[in-house]
Amino acid sequence: MAANPMTQFEVYRIGPEIKIGNFDISFTNASLFMVISSLAILIIFNLGSKKNSILPNKIQLLGELSYSFVSKMINDTAGSKAKPYFSFIFSLFMFVLFCNMFGMIPYTFTVTSHIIVTFVLAAFIFIGVTIIGFIKHGFGYLKLFVPSGVPIVLLPLIIIIEIISYLSRPISLSVRLFANMMAGHTMMKVFGGFVVSLGIIGGWLPLSFSVALTGLEILVAFLQAYVFAILTCIYLNDALNLHH
Amino acid sequence: MIKKIFFQFIFFNFFFLKEVFGAESGGMPQLNPEFWISQIFWLTLTFGTLYIILSKLILPKISANLELRKSQIQENIEAAEKQRESSESKLKEYDQIILKTKLKAKNIFKDARDKALKDINSKKEVLDNQIDDEIKKAEKEIELLRKGAPEKINKIAIETSSEIVKKLIGADINNSSLSAIVEDLTKKSGDKYYGS
Repeated sequence: MAANPMTQFEVYRIGPEIKIGNFDISFTNASLFMVISSLAILIIFNLGSKKNSILPNKIQLLGELSYSFVSKMINDTAGSKAKPYFSFIFSLFMFVLFCNMFGMIPYTFTVTSHIIVTFVLAAFIFIGVTIIGFIKHGFGYLKLFVPSGVPIVLLPLIIIIEIISYLSRPISLSVRLFANMMAGHTMMKVFGGFVVSLGIIGGWLPLSFSVALTGLEILVAFLQAYVFAILTCIYLNDALNLHH
Repeated sequence: MIKKIFFQFIFFNFFFLKEVFGAESGGMPQLNPEFWISQIFWLTLTFGTLYIILSKLILPKISANLELRKSQIQENIEAAEKQRESSESKLKEYDQIILKTKLKAKNIFKDARDKALKDINSKKEVLDNQIDDEIKKAEKEIELLRKGAPEKINKIAIETSSEIVKKLIGADINNSSLSAIVEDLTKKSGDKYYGS
């Protein structure tokens, strides 16, 4: 075990090097945990949807509760128009949640602690939402940058601010998740390092901190997945129901 | 004392850790672009597969399950409602039957009472008539007796008087003269004895 708290985020190749053209697409530990998370989701929800009994068993209840949880979240934030995007947001929420949660197991790799992963997800959402907005409202979608009830003198400034805030959405969305995951895991690693270096006499304090932090980090793992999904819903709401 | 040592230990450890990190640190691995393309590729692949399988196979099933359960519960509620309604209507019918029967029983009772009353009345009438007849007969007899009484009394009076006279004087007296006297007396004070 390395003492450097950042080594846990290192990506390394598993198996042979695979190259397509100039691009290295080798299977890495990050890929491994993406596959594990996806498989876990698929297995759990497949089991949960297999049998349909009036009184659901535990795994069916889990699947149905998650379904209604995400469904309610989308309905509350983006309205009924967002129904076609339900499966995307559901997959997104579950993927981020499972990646976060798998990262909480010691010696695992947290996929979402890498800026490139979260940024690709956020950029995809940003581009998708923008395209949906322009398809639904044409150039009227640009009205999003012009809030109603603003004095004309302030309007240029407001429009610039709105455009900047809109363009910074993918960055804020991705950095929020990435930074939360990275900070939490680094902190846990640091406290873990203290336990080892302080030894049997002084190690109890950081150990208890570590235990408390684990609980906190599990909460953060869920919360960040929820925030990621709900912000996606809010952006989608802007694109679907244009009223600023 | 122990506390002091403990905190000193922690404090010096910071220096120690810093040295260790400094020695190995190569910045954030996240910013090393070596595996970026690989991560993007695998993310697209896994997330895409996840999305397709979830949206095409699993989520419709869960949704159908939920819908089915909802509709089943709805159906059960409706069936229960229907049964409740039917039982209510049956209860109403039952009440009506009871009410009708009660009315019928009342009517029958009334009829029976009327009939009995009529019977009693007719019998009473017959009896009354009979009693009236008897009373009339008796009255007639009494009247007859009453009418015959003065003559008989007169006769008896005449006979007794003639006998008394015979015994007292020892002579027969003419019956006709005696009866004249008796009649005279009767006329004088007959009312006193016989009434009107």
